[in-house]
Amino acid sequence: MPEEKKIYNKGFVVAGLIIFITIFMFPFWYNLGKAAPVPEPVLTEKAKAAKECIEPKSYMKAEHMQILDDWRSSVVRDENRVYVSSKEKEFDMSLSNTCLDCHSNKADFCDKCHNYASVNPYCWDCHIDKPKENK
Amino acid sequence: MENSRRTFLKIAGISALGLSAKPVFNAFAVSEEHGGKKEAKVLPKKGALTAKRWALVIDTTKFKSAKDLEPIIEACHKIHNIPVFENKRHEIKWIWEEEFKHAFPDLENEHINDRIKSLPFLVLCNQCQDAPCVRACPTKATFKQEDGIVAMDFHRCIGCRFCMAACPYGSRSFNFRDPRPFIKETNKKFPTRMKGVVEKCNFCSELLAEGKQPACVEASGGALIFGDLEDPESEVRKLLKSNYTIRRKTALGTGPSIYYIV
Ligand code: SF4
Ligand code: SF4
Repeated sequence: MPEEKKIYNKGFVVAGLIIFITIFMFPFWYNLGKAAPVPEPVLTEKAKAAKECIEPKSYMKAEHMQILDDWRSSVVRDENRVYVSSKEKEFDMSLSNTCLDCHSNKADFCDKCHNYASVNPYCWDCHIDKPKENK
Repeated sequence: MENSRRTFLKIAGISALGLSAKPVFNAFAVSEEHGGKKEAKVLPKKGALTAKRWALVIDTTKFKSAKDLEPIIEACHKIHNIPVFENKRHEIKWIWEEEFKHAFPDLENEHINDRIKSLPFLVLCNQCQDAPCVRACPTKATFKQEDGIVAMDFHRCIGCRFCMAACPYGSRSFNFRDPRPFIKETNKKFPTRMKGVVEKCNFCSELLAEGKQPACVEASGGALIFGDLEDPESEVRKLLKSNYTIRRKTALGTGPSIYYIV
């Protein structure tokens, strides 16, 4: 008859396992049912009044970083400083002076999504974020 | 029988093809939503001042003492958000004053006249025709614009400071520290710099784009004259024709675009 299998130091092992699992699972339990809601960027009065950004909203949402990148190259490298939108409207290509002129609420507009998505663009190391404030 | 099997296979084949093409169509649909826009059009600003090669003439006969230079330096440093550091080794400067013997060491003359000896000279980046800083920059952060201005793309500067070593005029400053807390009054229309990039005079590209003269020229009360060196009718060319002018360290072959009437 085979010898009965037994766990040595059963008490310690089980206690250890319980402690381990508790600690390991803690972050999951802690955040249970608390999934951060998708943030909705806040529009300023000025941005609302303008109705539409330089391009349709869906396009801006998905491509604004690409647009800004293109703007940068165009302005810095080629001295072409005016953007003609798909609706033939002209805009000065400037993050601080055009984008943030309407969206003068960086914290509620830019940062909200950036924080949620955990992206840290370093635009603001140089570009001034509130061109309209304390003038 | 055979016929119908054939038809079946045909239909099955076409259907499989159709299904496999779906992701492709999906991709198109997506790109229509996002990038369906036609190629973006960009234009230069209307009313911008343009030239083949910008140059500056500094009429030093209009200056008496360092006091006359102050408002000029102030104007530039204010609009470009230049920080003020107590520690000279961290100093950032775009335009500053220099003694003749330092500005023009190759014209060194022990018995030079009193006026020149004591006169402060305004010095800044020479926007060199054959700029050594442009050659030295490994990232093309420093580059030459079509109008002759030696420009900087701060986004690309990695702070290697090769350009500073290459510039024979000391026209470049390095941001050893975050400049923001040291800017007295921020011009909200112009960006600041960040720690770790090099900067220098940009001939006020941003003002030229708005059809304005550089800030130093505006503030100089006629002592600084800005214009197109390649245009024989320009103000600078006329001045160069009727006055004796000198440039800094021409023997190095950099071809400075700043001329001094002495
Ligand atoms: S003066 Fe110096 S920084 Fe300016 S273009 Fe010439 S080499 Fe470059
Ligand atoms: S410090 Fe910046 S601008 Fe100067 S050479 Fe290096 S990358 Fe180019």
